[in-house]
Amino acid sequence: MSAVFVGLPRRMVEVTLDGRQTRVPEGSTLLEACRQQGIETPTLCYLENLTPVNVCRVCVVEVEGSRALVPACSRPVEPGMVVHTDSERVRTSRRLVLELLASSVDLSLAGPEVERWMRSYGADPGRFGPPAPPRGAGERDRARAGEHLAPDGASAETVAQPAKVDNQSYVRDYSRCILCYKCVEACGVDAQNTFAIAVAGRGFDARISTEFDVGLPDSACVYCGNCIGVCPTGALMFKSEYDLRRSGAWDESRQTVTTTVCPYCGVGCNLELHVQDNRIVKVTSPLDHDVTRGHLCVKGRFGFPFVQAAPEKDESGLGPAGGE
Amino acid sequence: MFGAGGGTSSYQEVEETDLIVLWGSNARETHPIFFHHLLRGVRNGARLYVVDPRRTSSAQWADVWLGIDVGSDISLANAVGREIIHAGLVNETFVRRATTGFEAYAESVEPYTLERAERDTGVPAEVIRALAHDYARADRAQLCWTLGITEHHNATDNVLALINLALLTGHVGRYGSGLVPLRGQNNVQGGGDMGAIPNKLPGFQDVETDLEARARFEAAYGVRLPPKRGWHLSQMLEAMERGELTACYIVGENPVRSEADSHRAARLIGGLRHLVVQDTFLTDTAELAHVVLPATATWCEAEGTVTSSERRVQRVRRALEPPPGVRDDIEIICEIARRLGADWGHPTAQEVWDELRSLSPIHAGMSYRRLEELGGLQWPCYDEQHPGETFLHARLWEEDPARRGRPAPFNPVEFEPPVDELSDEFPIRLTTGRRLDSFNTGVQSGRYETPLRRPECLGLSPEDAARLGLKEGERALVSSRRGSVEAPVHVDPTLRPGLAFLTLHFPEQVATNLLTVDAWDPKSGTAEFKATAVRVERLDGQREMAGAARQARV
Repeated sequence: MSAVFVGLPRRMVEVTLDGRQTRVPEGSTLLEACRQQGIETPTLCYLENLTPVNVCRVCVVEVEGSRALVPACSRPVEPGMVVHTDSERVRTSRRLVLELLASSVDLSLAGPEVERWMRSYGADPGRFGPPAPPRGAGERDRARAGEHLAPDGASAETVAQPAKVDNQSYVRDYSRCILCYKCVEACGVDAQNTFAIAVAGRGFDARISTEFDVGLPDSACVYCGNCIGVCPTGALMFKSEYDLRRSGAWDESRQTVTTTVCPYCGVGCNLELHVQDNRIVKVTSPLDHDVTRGHLCVKGRFGFPFVQAAPEKDESGLGPAGGE
Repeated sequence: MFGAGGGTSSYQEVEETDLIVLWGSNARETHPIFFHHLLRGVRNGARLYVVDPRRTSSAQWADVWLGIDVGSDISLANAVGREIIHAGLVNETFVRRATTGFEAYAESVEPYTLERAERDTGVPAEVIRALAHDYARADRAQLCWTLGITEHHNATDNVLALINLALLTGHVGRYGSGLVPLRGQNNVQGGGDMGAIPNKLPGFQDVETDLEARARFEAAYGVRLPPKRGWHLSQMLEAMERGELTACYIVGENPVRSEADSHRAARLIGGLRHLVVQDTFLTDTAELAHVVLPATATWCEAEGTVTSSERRVQRVRRALEPPPGVRDDIEIICEIARRLGADWGHPTAQEVWDELRSLSPIHAGMSYRRLEELGGLQWPCYDEQHPGETFLHARLWEEDPARRGRPAPFNPVEFEPPVDELSDEFPIRLTTGRRLDSFNTGVQSGRYETPLRRPECLGLSPEDAARLGLKEGERALVSSRRGSVEAPVHVDPTLRPGLAFLTLHFPEQVATNLLTVDAWDPKSGTAEFKATAVRVERLDGQREMAGAARQARV
């Protein structure tokens, strides 16, 4: 008889969450413990199918005996931990994180939860002053580390800039980017291992960039679209969705999402076809399916047009600077 | 394998293994999501060997790349087997208890010394030895392959040569150890499961020898089934040539483009007395048909199931309304049956599936409800309590001989070089393959745009390009014993001297299958797409002439 190695048995660890004693399997994160207890914890950079990078700090909680707040998404539970998820310190920190992000980044496509968290933590992104005017195309990408004009404090700095539309497959609108690293992770060791993008620059100039800021067609990108699949704010978007949104035709209330299997090779990747008006407008994959864990290749993600007639003439064009 | 045609392992196992051998597969481009699992295995510490004539993007991740000469796989595999035996690394308990025919196998591989294999394959003896020792010593090892093994005139022998290695070392039937043939199309595994093989009923039940199964089908259908195997595609083409096969009903297949030696395929299929083609597209084959039956795209306009390379049956669902006049495959088939005088009613996909479950024991437990809830199930799945099997052939490790069942046989095989021999006239070995963004003959993938797409070009090693005076982008005339095509040249440093590369993706740009040989494996019917002898010439002044000559030959 051949045994299947299932790992060592996981012991249960006792922790106190907001005054309640609870037992969770060892190796769990505080986030998993919170979710098991039904305690809502906001997250932006966390995703089930990626390694936590704990950069957004919106999930921080207070652990008694710890000098600093800790990110719930990556901190493993330890026996006897006493954790506060809704203390004044936690609330202040989460509020400030949300205010800084919302004052500098366009979060309008980041989903209804973000709006709800803003309300519940009393975030007021307007308090840093009116937003500074947007930067021109490529201006932020040319910023050099350490070279700054001192801000005058009259307006709030933003990442507003034109969207990068340089290929037929997907659009990068970095005015929506909160620098959560998810796309870098999905392009890198967590899934695709292509390493076409990374974070470039320092401080507020930090941004997601291809090597030497070349356009996507000249980069190492293989157009798997796994970065789109994990982007929480709509900064990375199917060109088809981008065009429909610009023309005002994007309407999720008229969309259906159907899970099926990719028509190409024999791996059997599950596809979620987002269909509006009998046209496929976007393709995703379930995060919790063993085969894909949410990740696809270029054929599965973008190879669907053979089942539908060509769309009406694309009027936005693909100008080199593109978009607006 | 050993009775059922499917890979023995799950994708998860390639993440939890100690050695991965990727043999004749560029999974990085052809099975990219499987390669995600494979890379997790590599990151978990597995060593990766890649056996491929080209230094592919998969090979770039390997600890060791074996740049093998096209078609010499059996010499390599037999030498690995011989080295394992001579080094005393055979898993003797497993071989004694779970296999038969070891002595004959050991005798058959005896002539395949490392030195001989080095001559046959071009792989240094020391590297072959390293593969043998690492594979035999690994606690767990996954042996994966694709068309580099099967698109040869001796495809079945190639596969048997690999299976022999797994038997020799006991790398089968345990979690993390197995044999993984990666399937090229989303339901090619399902087609086999459903009996689209000349000698099998659904569920791999043999139509000639499994009398009980045949009786079950006859009882269910109320008809007598012919007790004899049918023809596979290559045999059908031969039967057309002899005038024995005069009518064809082709469903979802484009043999005029996809068969090796497409001149011959087009001539034979175009010459049929009656041809019916049922397809989503008006393919080149459909263009020749007397009747075309437009069918739904099964993955998004119809309900049903498909089976993946890990034997996982999963649901496909209707997401789009099909265009007017297009019908579901089931509806078309039942309507044809009705006109032939058999009333099969109007079954739904689920009803057809439930009928299959009642006749194919390995699918019996796969109700639609369970397929939905569990995200698919892996066969065999005998009843509704059965979780499906992650890996096959665990029985071979049972202590009790009764439970161990029929032992797995070694199958000695001999190396035979590719049919299309290199000569002074045709000195370059052309092999074919796929690119990441494209798929087979481009019927599906040709209709989406991507920045990855490159026009078809002839890959040549820098050495050959220099010798022939060809630069990147210049046009060359490629000729085989069957025909000639023109193609722009791509100087590709991943190719070794004497090796050229084309894809099958863009037949309208470069009709690669005019060059390929129609030799096929008598056991499986697959054609030798991977090995063609060609001559490459510069095209400049003589371009007009060559074009005219090419036209004349088409």
